[in-house]
Amino acid sequence: MIQELLDSSVLIGIATSGIRLATPYLYAAIGETFGQRSGVLNLGVEGIMLMGAFSGFWAVYVSGSLFFGVLAALLVGLLMGLGTAFINVTLKAEQGISGIGIFLFGLGLSELLFQQSFDSVVTVRGFPRVNIPVLSDIPVIGEVFFRHNVLVYVAFALVPIAWFVLNKTTLGLKIRAVGQNPQAADAMGISVARVRYFTVTLGGMLAAMAGASLSIALLNVFQQNMTAGQGFIAVALVYFGSWRPFGVMAGALLFSTVNALQLWVRTKGIDIPAEYASMAPYLLTILALVFASQRVDQPAALTKPFERGE
Amino acid sequence: MPILAVIAALLIGAVILLLMDADPIEAYKALYEGAFGTKNTFADTLIKATPLLLVGVGICISFRGGVVNIGGEGQMIVGGLAATALALANPDASAEFLVPACLAASFVAGAIWGGIAGVLKAYFNVNEILSTVMLNQIATYWMIYLMNNTLIDPDQLTAASRIPETDRLPRQSDLPRIGPWLDSLYEWLGLNGADSTRWAPTLLHIGIIVGVVFAILVWILLWRTTLGYRIRAVGKNPRAARYAGIRTKRYMVLSLLLSGGMAGLAGGVQVLGVRHRMSAEGGAIAFTGNAGFNGIVAALFGKLHPLGTIPASVLFGALLVGGNKLQRTVQVPSALTTVLISLVIIFVVSSDLWSRQRARRRVSSASAESAPASSAPPAAEMDRVG
Repeated sequence: MIQELLDSSVLIGIATSGIRLATPYLYAAIGETFGQRSGVLNLGVEGIMLMGAFSGFWAVYVSGSLFFGVLAALLVGLLMGLGTAFINVTLKAEQGISGIGIFLFGLGLSELLFQQSFDSVVTVRGFPRVNIPVLSDIPVIGEVFFRHNVLVYVAFALVPIAWFVLNKTTLGLKIRAVGQNPQAADAMGISVARVRYFTVTLGGMLAAMAGASLSIALLNVFQQNMTAGQGFIAVALVYFGSWRPFGVMAGALLFSTVNALQLWVRTKGIDIPAEYASMAPYLLTILALVFASQRVDQPAALTKPFERGE
Repeated sequence: MPILAVIAALLIGAVILLLMDADPIEAYKALYEGAFGTKNTFADTLIKATPLLLVGVGICISFRGGVVNIGGEGQMIVGGLAATALALANPDASAEFLVPACLAASFVAGAIWGGIAGVLKAYFNVNEILSTVMLNQIATYWMIYLMNNTLIDPDQLTAASRIPETDRLPRQSDLPRIGPWLDSLYEWLGLNGADSTRWAPTLLHIGIIVGVVFAILVWILLWRTTLGYRIRAVGKNPRAARYAGIRTKRYMVLSLLLSGGMAGLAGGVQVLGVRHRMSAEGGAIAFTGNAGFNGIVAALFGKLHPLGTIPASVLFGALLVGGNKLQRTVQVPSALTTVLISLVIIFVVSSDLWSRQRARRRVSSASAESAPASSAPPAAEMDRVG
């Protein structure tokens, strides 16, 4: 098995699918990073992903246009993000629980709409593979990095953008201030609520994109509960990445590569039972959390609603 | 307040129904009939309420102890697996041994699964929300593995279909049916007048009674014992609890341990009372029926009070059973009930703010009149901590 694994074509295959499979995690986890940096834990990512996956799929199916698919997903993500912000920021709900509510809402509504709209399993023509000129011809590297669909490239482009926004702009400074010390931020004239509405809504749109990247780019189908826990893992990746975009990306890649590896192991029918291989990413996440939590403290105001004058 | 949340959820549900060209009144009538229409449907409602109650009572412990246990699904699964394995290993044991032993095994298995998250939180600083979610997935794959290999029904191994499920458990492990008892009770009370239907043919098993008994026990534990007081003290204010000499980490682990144990018990009751075998067919959700999550909703709805969780579980059990009827009569997917339940949970947690603010206003107006007695814990309880 080790011999076979070291074969270059197998390694390239695993690395390539590792990159591809990281896509939904990246969208969802980068969006969640913004929310958590500002002090809001949105545990409902999974539900927003499902709604994004459905709406994107539906729009592509009806219109035949990928543009409308992305637009529909973003719009639904915007609405669900606003709703989440309203519940967590304005109504100051307990975030661990409201997130479960949002998850169940997305789970139920996407299934309801799916069963209402489609009688059988259908597929759509999703985002095609785009080979980047010149770069995709580089041996190995070209194959691994530059022969994917557009949503994969956008997902990876989000990482440096998120890093730049969080660390080099006034907006990022405000987000971090609100997450670290909302009282001080408030005293300096920053509207805590407005910043959190922005980050949570952005997180909702990116979560919906994460779902759409599954339904109209990676798999090109919709099934009930098709995200199967990926949204929850995305939340864990934010902790794993210590609330830093590049850390989150490292976590997403580690996770997706282990996933690609276990998929390969399964196709080979090797001694390791497939179910144990499937468990590996989750065990790895727990171990990763054990190590990650020793290193950095979370944003001080995470999960704490802001109350003026307390 | 929670009743308002249900009404609001039903109103939004009505809008969804209208958008789907279904008559909301007819739909809700079908839902009610489907849940409470006959003794048979009412029995179904109680059967569906049972795992919600057991999980929910556990959730009361963990949330009161300041830890968020969303690992009910995984804890149910390992509980079910433990009961299944023990029953299959003892095909000749007596019912008097097998039923309690299997239930105890399911409690212990769930407690271990919850306890892992507790240890990770207390000693390794790992957020329990995340670890319990991961443990849910791990339990799911473990169950699928066992159903396909170690525990698979030997007949299924050779069958062409090869359904991943165990053999039927020995009959002695079945939870006793309580229909006949209820019939005698009805007769004794003279309630059987015009209604000729009986409880006996229903599948109602002793699980609901187990649930109610545990709800009472946990209420006593949380509000009538030092142990429970300390669990709640850690949940209310961990720092103050530590200064008062409570070993907070141990109580965090204990909260998750007990909470997981209750969910494990729910899994055991599902196996012994309803399915009589474990199956991976239809995924983990076919076994748990989302009770690991819906139990949280029931507990919240019951204001995190074990006794309040009893009626709350019946309500949500009714929604689940009625949802199936809804699907059959008005052709609306039963996923609508998931949406309704999610709306209830969202409204309940959101309306927390208003109840909190009202409470604060009441406290401040009360303290203006008298001494601020309400904010400090009673002296007697403080003594017990010291």
